[in-house]
Amino acid sequence: MRGARDALVPLAVVAVLVLVWEGAVHLFSIPAYLLPAPSVIWRDCAAIAGNIAWHTAATMNTIMLGFVASIVISLPLAVLLTSSPAVANAIYPVLVFTQSIPKVALAPLLVVMLGANELPRVVITFLVAFFPLVISIATGFLAVPAELLELGKSYRASRLRELYRIRLPYAVPFIFSGLKVAITLAVVGAIVAEFVNADRGLGYLIITSTAFFKVPVAWGAVILLSVIGVVLFQAIVVIERVFFPWSSSVEAVSA
Amino acid sequence: MIELESVSRSFRSRDGDEIAALKDVSLGIARNEFVTLVGPSGCGKSTLLRIAAGLILPTRGMARIDGAPVRAPRDETAMVFQSPTLLPWATVLDNVLFPLRMMGRMGPDSAERARELVRLVGLQGFEHKSPRELSGGMQQRVAICRALIHEPQVLLMDEPFGALDALTREEMTLELLRIWETRPKTIVFVTHSIPEAVLLADRVAVMSPRPGRIAEIIDVPLPRPRSFDLEAQPDFQRCTHRIRELIFGHRADQRRAA
Repeated sequence: MRGARDALVPLAVVAVLVLVWEGAVHLFSIPAYLLPAPSVIWRDCAAIAGNIAWHTAATMNTIMLGFVASIVISLPLAVLLTSSPAVANAIYPVLVFTQSIPKVALAPLLVVMLGANELPRVVITFLVAFFPLVISIATGFLAVPAELLELGKSYRASRLRELYRIRLPYAVPFIFSGLKVAITLAVVGAIVAEFVNADRGLGYLIITSTAFFKVPVAWGAVILLSVIGVVLFQAIVVIERVFFPWSSSVEAVSA
Repeated sequence: MIELESVSRSFRSRDGDEIAALKDVSLGIARNEFVTLVGPSGCGKSTLLRIAAGLILPTRGMARIDGAPVRAPRDETAMVFQSPTLLPWATVLDNVLFPLRMMGRMGPDSAERARELVRLVGLQGFEHKSPRELSGGMQQRVAICRALIHEPQVLLMDEPFGALDALTREEMTLELLRIWETRPKTIVFVTHSIPEAVLLADRVAVMSPRPGRIAEIIDVPLPRPRSFDLEAQPDFQRCTHRIRELIFGHRADQRRAA
């Protein structure tokens, strides 16, 4: 009951906002190229639904590949970062440096380096998304109470056992707060990549439809992207709740 | 069972000064003896315990268990910390089994042994609960079960009841004595509480700070099994009085001198 009501309230708010938008566009006769009414967006997008579905699939593909790459690379990086102060000193500045590069500026160069295909898009998505993930995983590894590590040591646990029986499970709430940030950034990263170089995807659709003054379609793509962001974020919340019920009740502060 | 032979340990502080945490501490503990270490903060009680556990190496001197030098944590010992340090993601039973998993020594009868220990501390029915569903006292009981699972000869306890409220603390003290009587072990128990130190121990090692050393070892001649009723006995009061004298005595003298 409570869950249903919790979901209904925001939906009702969105419905009211859409109605106000629709009403305002008609009332003030705003031209469609400035701000199309929701009904117009719906009509124009529905007319090319198959096409939009294909672009959405392409973008989802880039987002998921970039997101998975972030996880696969962030985990060992966080292990390295927390393994010793010397290693951390060596890696950390490089990591921060990669973050200070404007990804939009880097994108065209990556296309030259890696070719005009899916790879540079995945790399850009990864570059945008992975940093907060590394930081929250490393924070989680370091947040393990000293006594818990002493406990492991008192049983002569190897570093590997310590990692996967103590540090990794302890870091789960931190990992999930990092994943929530990373998935939202992965959506942004994928679109940035598609702006620069793509022949498909919602980012490509936004660029081409604005170029041809099909503004309602571009709006439709933007709305779709926001929905994708929310759905992916919620998917991670649900995965955490189902598979790590103890984690969602733990207070984790992400970096 | 445990011999500490003129153990010294110093640490380097952040500004590079050498700080002697322990200086020339010698102590022999017999098999199945219950020894408590009591003293003010900074007297090196916890350091001494960790040296016996093999978690810290002494700078000079040596700790031996059954004649063998302690250079790393040994199977004969188990630690219990001030906080229960349970794994929040694991059930009570899995927490008790944790040492066996860490040592790679899970056997077919391990789960049954864990259940038996859980029953021993009166937590039957809680085997599949998660730690956050338990009270502080219950969590510390689980931590004691965990320390007992690989059947160590020596229990090293670092203020295990320090974080509990006064009533739970008394209850746990008696509980520990009961467990010790059913499963004899050599126990070294660090505490800040003087009555607790006397009630539990065969001998109380009173420590003094800067540098940490043993000021005196006091025999507790009270009969077992013990209860808090003993607090009224002259022997009990003589012991607690002597410990207070050792810990606070010199401060009282200083005050008089000033």
